[in-house]
Amino acid sequence: MTESQHFAAVLRLGDDALVLGQRLSAWCGHGPILEEDIALSNIALDLIGQARNFFTLAGQLENQGRDEDALAYFRSDREFQNHLLVEQPNGHFGDTVVRQMFFSAFALDRCAFLARQTVNADVAGIAAKAVKELHYHWEHAAQWVIRLGDGTPESHQKVQDSVDQLWAYTGELFTPDDVDTACAEAGLMPDLHKLQSTWRDKVVACLERATLRVPEDGWAHRGGKQGVHSEHLSYMLAEMQVLPRTYPDATW
Amino acid sequence: MVTDQERIAQAWVQVRSVNDPEIPYLTVEEMGMVRGLRVEDGQLVVTITPTYSGCPATDVIAEDITTAVQALEADARVEVVLSPAWTTDWLLPSAHEKMKVNGIAPPQGKSADRAFLTGQGKVVPCPSCKSDQTTMVSAFGSTACKAHFKCNACLEPFEHFKCI
Repeated sequence: MTESQHFAAVLRLGDDALVLGQRLSAWCGHGPILEEDIALSNIALDLIGQARNFFTLAGQLENQGRDEDALAYFRSDREFQNHLLVEQPNGHFGDTVVRQMFFSAFALDRCAFLARQTVNADVAGIAAKAVKELHYHWEHAAQWVIRLGDGTPESHQKVQDSVDQLWAYTGELFTPDDVDTACAEAGLMPDLHKLQSTWRDKVVACLERATLRVPEDGWAHRGGKQGVHSEHLSYMLAEMQVLPRTYPDATW
Repeated sequence: MVTDQERIAQAWVQVRSVNDPEIPYLTVEEMGMVRGLRVEDGQLVVTITPTYSGCPATDVIAEDITTAVQALEADARVEVVLSPAWTTDWLLPSAHEKMKVNGIAPPQGKSADRAFLTGQGKVVPCPSCKSDQTTMVSAFGSTACKAHFKCNACLEPFEHFKCI
């Protein structure tokens, strides 16, 4: 594992958390019911907090003077290395909870590994905090997928469509590139193939309880970790970054 | 000559005067967020740990503690540490009592028990009428650290301080 791979691995953890946190925060004021408005905003807050911690650490590892704000606001879409899954649009509530269920199942196991590894104690510290939060995120999303899937014919069909649509974005989570492989060999990051089997067990159990059909594995979208994103990310970043880029010294 | 121990003791008095901005009847000490005070290279350092990664109160708390200790020593500083991660097990017994008085059901049991996640684990008694007949409305409440419950006996909604 080179220093730049070490940096990239921590940066990606921050990118996943920031992009999904920003996506979820768009639900604030638009939730289907008040409790869900609050829940999604709370989850967004957890993720943005995790992103801040990972970015601060990534900036220290890089040692080029970039802080959390520089990494969040002053990188272009091609420099973000998040998974494509987390940048997918919110869609309807079912789309959001399915995306959240797929991601949380993955992030929870990844984070549990990060909290245990001993290569980077700072990563372990952030992860030990985050893993407690991710338990809640997973449980919340899984409960909703079950409720909607095993609900009315309309909710069942809608959430089945969400599952079918988003399934093709889950393959990337378990497709290692050079950074993943080197960091896994060094013991910093988990072996993605091992993670995939536990992910699949959890997700399939959830879908079955929800009376939903598990899609067949087929062609998977990928490219996020190399900075090749779907067009959705650029629009989201434009909105998220416009203020600090227009007024770089703005404070409040 | 004031010893380091005396400086730390005096600083503790100041730190104890700082309240949590989200739960103002609890001090940051009762919340279990103050992990220690020490003198490092002559400088007074207060270590705190945030409750949740994204808790917006953390910045305010760090500022409030800084102001409180800088009243004694102008170069005192606050250090935020993440590890070991904060847990509700660190809440002082007085925090549990004050929560009850103020209508918040305190965490039930130890953080290692995850049954609470589904709302089907521990019974969370109603802080108003003490009934055990309560239901979780949402695992996410008005702040990151609280869940939303309702009492089926007296019909009061109430908040439960989540066990993490």
